[in-house]
Amino acid sequence: MARYGKDARAIGGLVRDAEVHRDVYVDPEIFELEMEHLFPNSWIYVGHASQLLKPGDFITATVGRQPVVASRHTDGSIHLFYNRCPHKGVKIASEPCGNTGKFFRCPYHAWSFKTDGSLLAIPLKKGYEGTGFTDTQANDGLSRIRNVVVYRDFIFARLSENGIGFEDYFGESLSTIDNMVDRSPEGKLAVMAAPIRYMHTCNWKMLVENQTDTCHPMVAHESSAGTAIKVWQREQGDSKETPMAVQLYGPFMSPYEFYEQSGIRIWPNGHGHTGVANSIHSNYSDVEGYLDQMIATYGEKRAHEILGEVRHNTVYFPNIMVKGAVQILRNFIPIAVDRTLVESWVYRLVGAPDKLYERALMYNRFINAPTSIVGHDDLEMYERAQEGLKTNGNQWVNLRRLYESDEEPDVTAVINGTSERQMRNQFHAWAKFMTMDMDQPGEAAE
Amino acid sequence: MITEKTITDFIYREADLLDTMQWQAWLDLFHPEGRYWMPLEWQQQDPVLQPSLMYEDLLLMKVRIERLAGERTFSQKPKSRCHHLLQAPQILACDPAAGIFRAKTSYIYTETRGDALERFSGWASHDLVRVGDDLKIRLKRIDLVNFDAPFGNIQLFM
Repeated sequence: MARYGKDARAIGGLVRDAEVHRDVYVDPEIFELEMEHLFPNSWIYVGHASQLLKPGDFITATVGRQPVVASRHTDGSIHLFYNRCPHKGVKIASEPCGNTGKFFRCPYHAWSFKTDGSLLAIPLKKGYEGTGFTDTQANDGLSRIRNVVVYRDFIFARLSENGIGFEDYFGESLSTIDNMVDRSPEGKLAVMAAPIRYMHTCNWKMLVENQTDTCHPMVAHESSAGTAIKVWQREQGDSKETPMAVQLYGPFMSPYEFYEQSGIRIWPNGHGHTGVANSIHSNYSDVEGYLDQMIATYGEKRAHEILGEVRHNTVYFPNIMVKGAVQILRNFIPIAVDRTLVESWVYRLVGAPDKLYERALMYNRFINAPTSIVGHDDLEMYERAQEGLKTNGNQWVNLRRLYESDEEPDVTAVINGTSERQMRNQFHAWAKFMTMDMDQPGEAAE
Repeated sequence: MITEKTITDFIYREADLLDTMQWQAWLDLFHPEGRYWMPLEWQQQDPVLQPSLMYEDLLLMKVRIERLAGERTFSQKPKSRCHHLLQAPQILACDPAAGIFRAKTSYIYTETRGDALERFSGWASHDLVRVGDDLKIRLKRIDLVNFDAPFGNIQLFM
């Protein structure tokens, strides 16, 4: 039953100032509309340029639900295409990454394409002479996605031909990516391995909201982080040094006051981050030799500036979260209205000591793996919400914490760290990017 | 005298302790420096500088086990249960003089919770050492056949 269609007014009505209707999480039609409008209208993370070092290197990904392939062309440029042969639709690349050599070759009928996507050859080409083939889209080769930006090696794409530009879309939020890259003494990150993958039976937005939800860790994670602290206190004996593992788990149990003062910063278009003044990542042990390397590269003042910025979670709307201080990016990939694939990537700080990469990998498996006890805590909440939202007794999700009636949309502001304003910020952006290519209320019936 | 049968019996008993949720008795099978490792790569060599699903010492295993019984461990309401189906272990080394005891065991593992049931296949590798008259686990390594697939929660031990 289509209830929303292309009706911008009906979709906008799902988002009130400080409440959202449950249909945004449970209605399959809304999910279809997200795939058709929200994801194509937004800038979506595709991959990292360190995965495409040599000509012919490629990675596959999805933007929304659509399979794409990014490749490094012979001239060094990066190109992005829809991952289908223009002939019969067969995916031309089936692995997460690889090197295709000088060209992509469809395994079905051997149509081949240069690594910039253009058509190279078709067997028995003369069978197409005089057929009008040159007037078809197939003649152009792989369908290209033209709006691609590689920002400090992070590859983003916007599928819609027309829409908001990259700089306007992300604005100052790019400072989190900057900080993560600057943490390398060589100013460079590298993907060294596949991500940790974790299937969630819930709507993708629940995960995104949770990234700036600072009132849940001390409650939902009492079972994991709280137990870690308890066991360590009992078992530590004469140990003077807190193990890296306990340093990573412990801060999750910080009290409300800690999160209140650490703050949240919001930006236009649904982006925002927790941990402005300080964060759960502030008090990790120093790694020997690292500060010296940073000072050698950046000078004393700048090095301290970079390392003093310990943002917690930065949400890049719609569906990634970046943790600069531990070099992790989580990609919340929508599969269905109640199914989300979470891929959590770790970047190595090129030139930095191994210990930092070891810590980032440890954090990733502690928090983001299907075997992670913190992950178990969170997924349990999302699954219960996905079930609970089927009830008709109350059809609204409450996002009113620290709401002020004069809140302006699409502004930059630093606020109390336990506010739900970043969630309100995301939903304002959600309604905007869902409906920006639909007839707007008042315009339709001219 | 530790024989191949001692190793095999040890591995069967270890799985049984997990299936019957005798967590403390299971933990007692580990050497104080023991590790439980679940790699994320094919024939992975390095647990520290390559990503893993789990690489845990006794402290972390204790945290997991204590968490399972926690009053506010909501992901264990209802509780998970597990079942190990083991092939006869393949003894890779049984050298009492050198103190080297290693085996590899093909398994099918089932974990259930409420109405949900998940099934996993792989190989468990045991590196054992002798402590007094007993064998202890120095390393238990779990290689899933589909380590690279996205799973839902895995809350117990394979």
